[in-house]
Amino acid sequence: MTTMTPDAGTQDEAAHEARFNATVAADERIEPRDWMPDAYRASLVRQIAQHAHSEIIGMQPEANWITRAPSLRRKAILIAKVQDEAGHGLYLYSAAETLGTGRDELLDRLHTGRQRYSSIFNYPTLTWADVGAVGWLVDGAAITNQVPLCRCSYGPYARAMVRICKEESFHQRQGYELLLALSQGTEAQHAMAQDAVNRWWWPSLMMFGPPDDESGHSTQSMAWRIKRHSNDELRQRFVDICVPQAKSLGLTLPDPDLSWDEEREHHTFGPIDWEEFREVLRGNGPCNEQRISQRRTAHEEGAWVREAAAEYAAKQVQQQRHTREEDIA
Amino acid sequence: MSTTDWPLWEVFVRSRRGLSHTHAGSLHAPDAAMALRNARDLYTRRSEGISIWVVPSTEITASSPDEKDSFFDPAADKPYRHPTFYEIPEGVRHL
Ligand SMILES: [Fe+2]
Ligand SMILES: [Fe+2]
Repeated sequence: MTTMTPDAGTQDEAAHEARFNATVAADERIEPRDWMPDAYRASLVRQIAQHAHSEIIGMQPEANWITRAPSLRRKAILIAKVQDEAGHGLYLYSAAETLGTGRDELLDRLHTGRQRYSSIFNYPTLTWADVGAVGWLVDGAAITNQVPLCRCSYGPYARAMVRICKEESFHQRQGYELLLALSQGTEAQHAMAQDAVNRWWWPSLMMFGPPDDESGHSTQSMAWRIKRHSNDELRQRFVDICVPQAKSLGLTLPDPDLSWDEEREHHTFGPIDWEEFREVLRGNGPCNEQRISQRRTAHEEGAWVREAAAEYAAKQVQQQRHTREEDIA
Repeated sequence: MSTTDWPLWEVFVRSRRGLSHTHAGSLHAPDAAMALRNARDLYTRRSEGISIWVVPSTEITASSPDEKDSFFDPAADKPYRHPTFYEIPEGVRHL
């Protein structure tokens, strides 16, 4: 329409916004080609990208143990899990792409430190028991975070989360089973399991993000129904789930303040070291540098494969055209 | 050359005989054969499918969300296309 007055433009915008708000309020999904506020789009791209980056960076600490898995069974399981995480990354990069930001651009932001991944993956996996602790606690915390995201207001993100959550449950169970085997094994194996849980417990609680009164993005995300529960709510839910599970494992959680609160019907837990969290975010965790440099190296060293495949595809097209021309002649 | 030169493909999976292909997601691949292989690895790791279609995303023509109402309006005022529109005396069976 060429005759549109500037006034009609703003009216249009207002109508779009009203429809968007009504869709979200009705708990319906926003789909890629719908109108959406720029800030909603930007916020989703940021969150989905960070999530995708976490999936693929998360492959590193576990892949670290593939060659040293103690049995063929454990090795096959670990390979399957790490492969799943690559898949999760791809589902999420696809979801981000529906918002207009491609995978190349997002990987570039990751490689140049302009976007983050979950701080948890900056901790090292020191022993085989860490593979168990990561599966039980890290994937467990991720599941607690992700289940509500299956109802996120943005359709493609919600659908990706449904797939991911289905696949995550094996990740957590294999970790739990692994820890149980160690816990019930020799004294040294039991100690190894306990040590891994001691090291992974607090960083896992940090995975839910800063406390509610310090969390910047939360309120808006909840209004847009991208997020459904606050960080502290989810953290509490996770602690309540883990306490009896630890008991069944025959392991303890490294928190002397952990106790059952009759009145709240929740577990009370000790203070989290947020200074450590901020340090790791700032890039000073034990493995920050290693994770990013390995990611960059993998990307650079894989370049020839991507180029060869593209070259091959181009040649195939050329050849087909050639044969067609010959057929016509 | 970067992966941006790899086109985007939409993936449709038939989960079992008797069902139609359903959209599963999308992926990047240099050509159709690689798109199929990638789709197998990405969307059927747990035997979720027995048949896969891949279609270049650019080949899909979609209705516009902006004209959602006017485009689908013609069907909105034709309740007589539904069996529940008709009143049938009680007791009449197999109808
Ligand atoms: Fe994952
Ligand atoms: Fe996982």
